[in-house]
Amino acid sequence: MGSLLNRERPPVFCPGCSHERVVQALDNAFQQMGLAGHQIVLVSDIGCSGLFDTFFNTHAMHGLHGRALTYATGIKMANPDLHVIVTMGDGGLGIGGAHVLSTCRRNIGLTLLVLNNFNYGMTGGQCSATTPKTAVVGSGFLNRLEMPMDICQVAGSAGAGYVARLSAYQKDLAEKLETAIDFDGFSLVDIQGLCTGRYTKKNKLTPKMIADEIERLPAISHFKVENARDEYGAHYRREAAKLTTESPPLSIKAEFESLEADYQEVVILGSAGQRIVTAGEVLCLAGISAGLHTTQKNDYPITVLRGHSISELILSREAIDYTGIDMPSVVIALAPEGVAKRLEMFAGLAETTWILAAKGLEMPSTTARITELDYRKNKIKSRDWAMAALIHLACKKKVLTLEMLRAAVELKFSGKVVEQVSSLIDQVSDLF
Amino acid sequence: MALSFLEGNEAIGWGALAAGCRFFAGYPITPATTIYNTMLKLLPPQGGICLQGEDEIASIGFCLGASMAGLKVMTATSGPGISLYSEQISFAIGSEIPIVIVDVQRLGPSTGSATKGADGDIQFLRWGSSGGLSVIVLAPVDVADCYRLTVHAFNLAETCRCPVFIAANKEVAMTRETVDLSHIKLPDTINRRRAAHDRPFLPFEVVGDHMTPDFLSIGDDRLVRQTSSTHGPDGYITTDPSRIAQNQARLKQKIKSGARRFVFYDEIIQPETDTLVITYGVTARAARTAVKTLKKAGTAVSLFILKTLWPVPEDLIRKQAEPFKRIVVFEMNLGQYVREIRRLLPNKTVDFYGEMNGELISPARIKEVCTHG
Repeated sequence: MGSLLNRERPPVFCPGCSHERVVQALDNAFQQMGLAGHQIVLVSDIGCSGLFDTFFNTHAMHGLHGRALTYATGIKMANPDLHVIVTMGDGGLGIGGAHVLSTCRRNIGLTLLVLNNFNYGMTGGQCSATTPKTAVVGSGFLNRLEMPMDICQVAGSAGAGYVARLSAYQKDLAEKLETAIDFDGFSLVDIQGLCTGRYTKKNKLTPKMIADEIERLPAISHFKVENARDEYGAHYRREAAKLTTESPPLSIKAEFESLEADYQEVVILGSAGQRIVTAGEVLCLAGISAGLHTTQKNDYPITVLRGHSISELILSREAIDYTGIDMPSVVIALAPEGVAKRLEMFAGLAETTWILAAKGLEMPSTTARITELDYRKNKIKSRDWAMAALIHLACKKKVLTLEMLRAAVELKFSGKVVEQVSSLIDQVSDLF
Repeated sequence: MALSFLEGNEAIGWGALAAGCRFFAGYPITPATTIYNTMLKLLPPQGGICLQGEDEIASIGFCLGASMAGLKVMTATSGPGISLYSEQISFAIGSEIPIVIVDVQRLGPSTGSATKGADGDIQFLRWGSSGGLSVIVLAPVDVADCYRLTVHAFNLAETCRCPVFIAANKEVAMTRETVDLSHIKLPDTINRRRAAHDRPFLPFEVVGDHMTPDFLSIGDDRLVRQTSSTHGPDGYITTDPSRIAQNQARLKQKIKSGARRFVFYDEIIQPETDTLVITYGVTARAARTAVKTLKKAGTAVSLFILKTLWPVPEDLIRKQAEPFKRIVVFEMNLGQYVREIRRLLPNKTVDFYGEMNGELISPARIKEVCTHG
């Protein structure tokens, strides 16, 4: 394979900029690997490192600052055969930090070249995540206040499978890049170099100083052993292959005659852990088994095991438009948390509304008919109260029938749970 | 009749699958999370990919990469996530990357109320990215819409090569309802037009009288360049003002000219009525109930439900409003889309009623506003 450099668009870096050396080394690496342009995609972001994709005859995707790894991840997952090379400066490293860490953790088969020249060259030499505290940069005193980051230690700690700290001036740069690209997993290469347009105008930095610094920094070769594992995409496909295809949404035929009412609203007021949403779904499935249209609108706070849990159900012969509650036929009141959230509703209830309240629960003033059910005395667990109330409704042929309820239980649950609910049905039928 | 019982978010997932979606990436956020849950069940077993990004910016970035590699892609979030998507949305607009973006709206501003519904992002979706170019926004009323409009959204993204939003609302997305899926007629699926083999490929060249460039995947035998920079047909930076202006005008025009082909709406037009109610999303359901009640009471009004919000179906709105003396716009915000209605109907009385409290606007309130003003 010949050079993949784009002869029509030669590098345009400042004289002496070390990026140009990396362009050459990368081209040499591609040639050594015998890669054709269409087997490679160069993904870049903003800044001088973001010019890389224009110098090569390869696929290219150039996007927003710090986000190159996000595009690269999508491309690699969609097309695992591509060699995906990401270029990023020390600026992109900072702004895209979360993506760098996550890519290390994933170990997806990309190669990230960090073109590390210790400052934001394109915007005026401001400090970056790698600027030394002693440097004189375009950010005034601010870089003196922040610790520079050694990306290699960070990446290794985050799980990168291959980490290398290189100088843009080292003779074997192309071979090192080839090794990184060849690595089956995420490889991060920190390539330190000179920004002649900005950084070295005010700071003394030479290839020798870079080589000395690299020598001085902690060893990172151990990460390759510690972090050795499967490449993310291959692992993903292996795991996915074990999964079974999801069945389409259940289609339920009407089996039973529904009760007389054309339109009924039911509100279940409880607290977290009382399986309010499950009971609401069972009621809707019961309705569907009798050919009714149903809606279920739930209300709960973002906490999972605490607070109110409310389910608002509508069962109707006609298709349902408005899903809010206007005048419920039945209110199932099980916990003060739920009741407290619907005080206004209680004030407006009609005499025709039937409230099934857990015994001992304080009820707001209302003209609606209240029946108290003593679940505790009958040793029904709090998590079954909502279901017990539905069973009671079915026994009284209000909103649903026992056969509708049994059909719903069969639709919603399987195995042992069906048996448990069936025995609850037997228990509650005898009690109330 | 056989009914299924599912929420809007699940229906969006099944709609995406029917449309040929092969890649989803998202970041958990109530009330959009169940779309991610659904896609995680649907895609991987069938060879598709579902990823959880480290944040919203990554999630949509994964999608843009996968879309450029040739897959149909979708992401889903809520208002706070749309805020983070912004820079990537402008990339998709300017660089013509097909993507479906679901915004399950929750009460804002900011983190607002995670479990309360709203339609507060309607202008934000249109204007919330740099450059101000057009996007397409569809607004589902119910679970059936979530299913059907998602397929349309993919078709539009593929045809127009742009981001297409589904502006859902917690109240549609997380409310379960019965729906007869077998009776919903889905449109044929459309795939992006691939570049012909018999001519050189330029990634942003628009051939003939098409409005969008032909597509090749990154990874094709012929090289593909994608860039967020201002580009010419070859995908390299251009600074030529006339070339730039021409391309920006095309990006605007391709959405506008496509508008007639994708205006979705519903209506209940009653004879000899003076008042037209205009609304969208979940509020349309309360409006339907109110309109039926008002008719029974002998004070009928008509109803126009918009399901394509952007680009604004200007001709249709003018035509629909023409016979009416009074227009009343209802929204679950403090007045967003009514700006468009007032702009289009300067000589009509356009009243507005909005609520922004996490509750549905009730049929009773709509009835009252229609009757008493």
